[in-house]
Amino acid sequence: MLRQNWWKILCAALLLYTIIMGFLGPVPALPILDETIRNLYFHVAMWMAMMIAFIVSVIYSVKYLRSNSLVHDIYSLEYARTGIVFGVLGLVTGSVWARWTWGAFWSNDPKQLGAVIALLIYLAYFVLRNSMTDLDKRARIGAVYNIFAFAMLFPTIWIIPRMVESLHPGGMGNPAFDTKDIDARMRIVFWPGAVPGWTLLGVWITTLRIRLRLLEEKRTHSNV
Amino acid sequence: MALFKKDVLLEVRQQYTFYGVLLYVASTIFVLYLAMGQPEAAVWKGLFWMMQLFICVNAVAKSFLQEGKERLLYFYSIAGARDFILSKLLFNALLMVVMSLVSMVLFLLMLGDPTSDAVAFLLISSLGGVSLSLVFTFLAAIAARAQQSAALMAILGFPLVIPQLLLLNKISTIAFAEVQGGLAGMIVLLAALDVMIVVLAIILFPFLWKD
Repeated sequence: MLRQNWWKILCAALLLYTIIMGFLGPVPALPILDETIRNLYFHVAMWMAMMIAFIVSVIYSVKYLRSNSLVHDIYSLEYARTGIVFGVLGLVTGSVWARWTWGAFWSNDPKQLGAVIALLIYLAYFVLRNSMTDLDKRARIGAVYNIFAFAMLFPTIWIIPRMVESLHPGGMGNPAFDTKDIDARMRIVFWPGAVPGWTLLGVWITTLRIRLRLLEEKRTHSNV
Repeated sequence: MALFKKDVLLEVRQQYTFYGVLLYVASTIFVLYLAMGQPEAAVWKGLFWMMQLFICVNAVAKSFLQEGKERLLYFYSIAGARDFILSKLLFNALLMVVMSLVSMVLFLLMLGDPTSDAVAFLLISSLGGVSLSLVFTFLAAIAARAQQSAALMAILGFPLVIPQLLLLNKISTIAFAEVQGGLAGMIVLLAALDVMIVVLAIILFPFLWKD
């Protein structure tokens, strides 16, 4: 299924396109933002890759509860792991950007806090899983927590920051990130290039890890 | 329903949670009083919600951890998973409403009264108590199934309730100052979140239950 090569080549090409255009491509000159607007290709796109990874993880958790097949559990776990990696990258790129535009790496902005909460919740997911040794039980309870945490977290992350004051673009009269005011020259890099590029990279990493895990499983079973 | 009655009866007869948590609340608030005297409104509010959080962890953790394996098996044979989780949610919500009232009275007694509208705050703190208890009841169920102590529940729960606590803290400004716009929306959001937790608990708990 996903063993074919074309999408990996596509991923590399898209990321190459994103990085080249990200550093050299034309961007609108806006006050304060200046060249940091290029971070759109990295920071925003990485967040989207994280969201997609977490959503896929929850879908596999639901599938696990319906099928009880441990393969689905491994999928769910590895997608959550990739989501964390992209979450950390998004946080770091975001705070580097904040350093140049808001003046500090960290300023307790609601969106920054929301991001940290999201990461803490997923780290708790790994703690919960490691606290159990029984495979089926670990998978089942992990899946339940994953669904519960996702359903609790993301509505609040999507809603609350919009209700309180934030410096983050996209609210309170700041230039928002939406189809209307994203510059046309940037749009052709962001949507076709950066978002699918980073997402495919996430999928690539995850499928490699899943294959590794499945091989490990197979080996432990054959040894027994 | 019978299970709910059993929890209430057990509580009324033993009164262990109630007095245990009461003593815990009273001594913590007393320490706060010694440390801070009578703080201003923002600090008061923040301390109040932190207290609620810890009371909730302590009170709710017991509800699942007190049931031994054999007793759970017994419940399993006489009642469905849904009835069981519903009775627990209901009981813990009730317990937290009582606890919220008690801690609010103690706060008013010891830390002074910065509220301008105590009745509104009473309602908000009850709502907050219910919301917190719902989240922690479900997490207690998870932690109990994982055969872990209350510590795991705290690890799982604290990040999850931060958004709720932020909301509650915002909403409770109603009771302290002039009402700003947008707070009604937050109350609706909180209530919607509560409904969602109950629905999720009912859907997901049967998966935790079977073994």
